[in-house]
Amino acid sequence: MIKRSQLTQTHTIAALVENKAGVLARVAGLFARRGFNIESLAVAPTDERFSRITIVVDAESAPLDQIKKQLDKLIDVVDITELSIEDSALREMVLVRLELDDEAKVADVEALVEGFSGSVIRVRGAHMMLSLSSRPDDLDRFLDKLQPYGITALQRTGAIAIPGI
Amino acid sequence: MQMDGGTALLKALEFEGVEVVFGYPGGAIMPVYDSMVGGAGPRHVLVRHEQGAGHMASGYAHATGKPGVVMVTSGPAATNIVTPLADAYLDSVPIVAITGQVPYGLIGTDAFQETDTTGITMSITKHNYLVSDPNDIPQVVHEAFHIATHGRPGPVLIDLPKNITDARNPQSAMTWADPIAVDLPGFKPVLDGKPEDITAAVELMLAAKRPVLYAGGGILKARGADELRALAEKLNIPVVTTLMARGAMPDSHELNLGMPGMHGNYTAVMAMQEADLLIAMGSRFDDRVTGRLDSFAPDAKVVHVDIDPAELGKIRTPDVAIRGDAKRVMGQMLEEIGGSAPADHQAWRSTLSGWQENYPLAYEDAEPGAKLKPQMVLERLHALSPEDTIVASGVGQHQMWASQYWKFEKPYTWLNSGGLGTMGYSIPAAIGAKAGMPDQTVWAVDGDGCFQMTCQELITAAVEGIPIKVALLNNTYLGMVRQWQEMFYDNRLSEVDLSGPVPDYIKMSEAMGCVAIRVEDPDEVDAAIERANGINDRPVVIEFLTEPGENVYPMVPGGKSNSDVVVPPFQQKETAK
Repeated sequence: MIKRSQLTQTHTIAALVENKAGVLARVAGLFARRGFNIESLAVAPTDERFSRITIVVDAESAPLDQIKKQLDKLIDVVDITELSIEDSALREMVLVRLELDDEAKVADVEALVEGFSGSVIRVRGAHMMLSLSSRPDDLDRFLDKLQPYGITALQRTGAIAIPGI
Repeated sequence: MQMDGGTALLKALEFEGVEVVFGYPGGAIMPVYDSMVGGAGPRHVLVRHEQGAGHMASGYAHATGKPGVVMVTSGPAATNIVTPLADAYLDSVPIVAITGQVPYGLIGTDAFQETDTTGITMSITKHNYLVSDPNDIPQVVHEAFHIATHGRPGPVLIDLPKNITDARNPQSAMTWADPIAVDLPGFKPVLDGKPEDITAAVELMLAAKRPVLYAGGGILKARGADELRALAEKLNIPVVTTLMARGAMPDSHELNLGMPGMHGNYTAVMAMQEADLLIAMGSRFDDRVTGRLDSFAPDAKVVHVDIDPAELGKIRTPDVAIRGDAKRVMGQMLEEIGGSAPADHQAWRSTLSGWQENYPLAYEDAEPGAKLKPQMVLERLHALSPEDTIVASGVGQHQMWASQYWKFEKPYTWLNSGGLGTMGYSIPAAIGAKAGMPDQTVWAVDGDGCFQMTCQELITAAVEGIPIKVALLNNTYLGMVRQWQEMFYDNRLSEVDLSGPVPDYIKMSEAMGCVAIRVEDPDEVDAAIERANGINDRPVVIEFLTEPGENVYPMVPGGKSNSDVVVPPFQQKETAK
């Protein structure tokens, strides 16, 4: 399984952008044409005017300074902050679907989910749907533990983050 | 005031002070053209190919300092201006492009002449807009001009769906409101350098023993030629003027070493190479200037001034980075220097003059009976034309010779496609410049390859009464490609022969409404130029038959260190002695 949270080799950037048509295409297009590799990208409006984008970018692909400056050239990008893993609030969510080989194992999984403070969304026979919202490295551990139970589908959101207080 | 979006667009252009629009009508932009009937809106110059309109807007902008405007329809017209937009983006030229678009409700349906214009141009414009509400037109146009002309200038595109401009469509109804001050929280150009950075830079500048002021196009964009000269004189610092900065410092000035780079003159190239301090002012360490980067100016500390912070440290890590407008920052530097005197540059100046003496920009005169030397033609063209003549060049050997052998004394007299290297730039750019500066003589210096790409705009020049002059240096080759094939591909010439026998450039030019003169004999050069300079009621083309095998020197071979600059063969022999 690909671990998405090799946080030491990535930069996490929070960009406040004007919530205008095409702004996501501008940001994504910039990363593509400048050769910056995106690990994950999450975006949603914060109010009527602005959206916040959290981008996790491969630190090997370009110097952080250039990434920030090139992003800042986009007219719709208002502010860019690099977020430190230690200080900022950084979360990711994962949805997982399992197909257990034995219905009796549902209780084991439920215990595991509780240990991570995740939630069981639905159980139908040997099929389970789970979610967990936590730090990306927690999600990695969670998925490692679930691996033997038979993951049939999963979706991670990519990290979202805001600067620390 | 109630009106339709098409009328509002023309009103908005007038509100921004636009005097001329270079354009071409078509389906999706037709309502705007309909609103022009009766003379509403700025002057419209009808081009013969949309690419020409884009370069005209660019030439107009560079020559006048005002933003150029190009207006075309959707689809193929929009894609035809992709090249001039990319050109203007790389050379930081403020233009505003208006494109028609299919009606908003049809976007995404592969409608007739539909292209995703904002998507296609996203990476080659500073910003672009797709307008959905005609009420937004005044403010969007105002923002577009603001963005194009503030900070690092560049092209901005506005895509206008037909339904919002068509007076016959109720969706085009709008209420005009004068635009208000722009509110762009993500666009706040910084003009003044930080005082502590100015101090640090000046400290280096005063202490340097072998300084070079590496002057780039940003100085012209900032209208800072006076400050450049003052700064150079105050610190007695020699200046190199990049291809984009020709004219920023008079070529006759003793501190001006001329153009650096791949075809720069020896002294300018070596001065950068041996410098202990480079003051990069509105320049961007382009690969055509630096040559092989890891051996470029190895001993130099760098002060880098640019209005675009992304240029600072992009290629070469500066010792002092200053984000700011070149004119303002040079003003701050002059103030900071005050009465301080620079270090002694005597040894440096004598090194430089030694190079200038041994390796001047030079060519060998043509043998009797041989074809014309292009360098000679350009020297005569310069000598016989008014001092404020504007020269627009195409791309290739003739471009380099024009930059080398025209002696620029004033800013904004040199137009060329530096970053993108767009063949065919010169004729339309010259037309744009002449439209904006009708009292100045405008020469397009073109090659036979370039001429065949955009010469149809001579029809525009003839019909619209924009009498440019073209010096067509016909060497019957794609000369720069031929030179590379000769020097780096063992003279295996591949697809570079343009010897024809067609076209007949004289008949072709005459058919387009120009006076056309062919010059083969060196003794006819002056008379032809003088005749051309005396014609002001129509465009003129002089075809000069030039030496096919002539190469541009000096040359830093691609990928090589600037220290490996190759001087012309006859100077190499002199060195060997």
